Amino acid sequence: MAQLLEVFNSGVPITWYLLLSAVLFALGVAGFVMRRNIITVFMCIELMLNAVNLSFVAFANQHRQVSGHIFTFFVMVVAAAEAAVGLAIILTVFKNRETLNIDEIDSLKN
Amino acid sequence: MQNLWIIPALPFIGFLINGIFGRKLPKALINLIAVLSVVLSFAWVLKVYMTAGDVGANPVNEHYFTWIKSGEFSVGWDFAVDKLTMIMLFVVTGIGSLIHIYATGYMAHEEGYYRFFAYLNLFMFFMLNLVLAANYLVLFVGWEGVGLCSYLLIGFYFVKKSATDAGNKAFIVNRIGDFGFSLAMFLIVVNFGTLSFDRVFAAAPGKPVEILTAIALLLLLGATGKSAQIPLYVWLPDAMEGPTPVSALIHAATMVTAGVYMCTRSAAIFTHAPIAMETVALIGLATAVFAATIGLLQNDIKKVFAYSTVSQLGYMFLGVGVGAFSAGIWHLVTHAFFKALLFLGAGSVIHACHGEQDMRHMGGLKKYAPWTCLVLACASLAISGFPFTSGYFSKDAILGAAYAHAPWMYWVGVVTAGMTAFYVWRAFWMTFWGEYKGHGHPHESPWSMLGPLVVLAFLSLAGGFLFNVPEILNSMFPVAEGAENYTLTGISVVFGLVGIGLSYYMYVVNPALPESLATSFSGLYKLIYNKYFVDEVYDATVVNPMITGSRTVLWHGADQGLIDGIVNGVGTESRDIGGILRRLQSGNIRSYATWVVLGSVALLIVMGAAGVTGGLGR
Repeated sequence: MAQLLEVFNSGVPITWYLLLSAVLFALGVAGFVMRRNIITVFMCIELMLNAVNLSFVAFANQHRQVSGHIFTFFVMVVAAAEAAVGLAIILTVFKNRETLNIDEIDSLKN
Repeated sequence: MQNLWIIPALPFIGFLINGIFGRKLPKALINLIAVLSVVLSFAWVLKVYMTAGDVGANPVNEHYFTWIKSGEFSVGWDFAVDKLTMIMLFVVTGIGSLIHIYATGYMAHEEGYYRFFAYLNLFMFFMLNLVLAANYLVLFVGWEGVGLCSYLLIGFYFVKKSATDAGNKAFIVNRIGDFGFSLAMFLIVVNFGTLSFDRVFAAAPGKPVEILTAIALLLLLGATGKSAQIPLYVWLPDAMEGPTPVSALIHAATMVTAGVYMCTRSAAIFTHAPIAMETVALIGLATAVFAATIGLLQNDIKKVFAYSTVSQLGYMFLGVGVGAFSAGIWHLVTHAFFKALLFLGAGSVIHACHGEQDMRHMGGLKKYAPWTCLVLACASLAISGFPFTSGYFSKDAILGAAYAHAPWMYWVGVVTAGMTAFYVWRAFWMTFWGEYKGHGHPHESPWSMLGPLVVLAFLSLAGGFLFNVPEILNSMFPVAEGAENYTLTGISVVFGLVGIGLSYYMYVVNPALPESLATSFSGLYKLIYNKYFVDEVYDATVVNPMITGSRTVLWHGADQGLIDGIVNGVGTESRDIGGILRRLQSGNIRSYATWVVLGSVALLIVMGAAGVTGGLGR
């Protein structure tokens, strides 16, 4: 166990973290662009935010600087606020239109 | 402190009261306010005259506030009274009071009664401002103000198209003159650094002749506009569209003489610019002859007197031009008496004939309106230069000075004097002699109208004795001693009498003669009868090209084509571009997301290609 921690702390190169972050971010983007359900889209946004958080933390660990953590906290605060507002919007939309299909919500067309 | 400001302030208060509350006030109160404000103003002039002492030696100067200050240059709101101003003040407030009283009777049945008196009071305010001014700019304020009031009062019957047209004509023609006046003021500011009369006139002798000539000629252009001289006289005959008291006050006695006053005031500039003086004399003489010939054949009684006014103003300019400034002012004063009387008398005649102005539909009025007949006879005698009437003295002073300057000017002037006598008496015979040829029953005017007429008749006859202007102004404009020449006086009197006799012969003894003369000289007759086609020539050369140019080039070309084109083009282009761009706004959130992704990818590629590493490359 202690050995495993040792590996994590010293052995895992930053590239791995960044690759994971990139994969998560790409998944988020793909879901955001392709899925039609608003809640899924919303969750994809959260996924992208957390992918970025991961790379922040990874860099912070790599460079032994605390600013990455601070950024992460900011992002989390904003994401929480965004989740509150976004879910409220989704609820209102559903109440008024009885649909969560994003393609049907196009009142601002042209 | 003489509190000169009270003189113009009183009519201004009258204007404010009548102008703002007049609609609701009873007529009697409007009359009281309008007349009283001017009479009190006259009284204040009298008070200044009594208490100011010798204004010739010690002019009254009053400074109220600094109007414009810019570096060394400063213009104050200054009033000054010297002898010349004193004379003008008496003429303006005196004649003004009489005409206000007359107007209460003449305008009694008119619409917009309060409006008329408000404008008339406003006119008095500006005119008094003009004569009291101690610098060119304050004078110019009055100058423009009287022009405005002239416009408002010519167009008083504004439902009549001819009246509004006449008002516009007066205003626009005066613009040309005022343009000259403004340029003259600019030249004065540039060369003298001040606009105050005292300092300009003190510095004038030392300035180069060319500059003084330019200033004087530009001032003269201003004067030809305001005082209806060639080439800008055309507005005055049309101005007779206004009510008759207006014609008497503004277009005969006071406003139109402002040009003469201004030239006399600027004597220090004019006397040092001989070419300008000669021009003044020539323009005056030409106008005198030209207008007199037109007056010979007019049938509208007010038009006759209008051309007569133009002609007499020409005499005044002749006087100024030959250096007899005081004679010019003298004629200004006596002319104010007898021409105001002629117009007011004409108003009384028109009143008697129920609004008829054509003399061919009058006649025989001496039986119906004896007082009007009597006072008009006095005025006609005065303007004809009948011995010992007021016009005799003043016209003689001018003609004498003209003879001393150039004898041919005297002869032209004398012939004009003969014509003057002829057309005025022609109007007199046509109106009062013979049989009544109009409609309805003519009647005499009320005493509110006749009273001022009688006073003016007395002044017309005795004004020459009462006010010897050259003597009063001797300290300002010395008269050459021994200039009296009884032969010249005799000749001009004879010409006047011949004019009177000829008109009596042609219009009373042998009334068929004018018509036979008209047919035998039909070409000349038509030329003069149509006023030498000057209006038509101006229309063809100036007015119509201006209108056509404005319409095709400025309106259709510049405004509609260029400006509207640019504005509309910008609008259409924006809409077209917007039409293309709005296709991006599909309303499909996923397509927006795709654009965002593509955009960020593109941005990353660009940044990568440009070598932006964001610090990673350290």
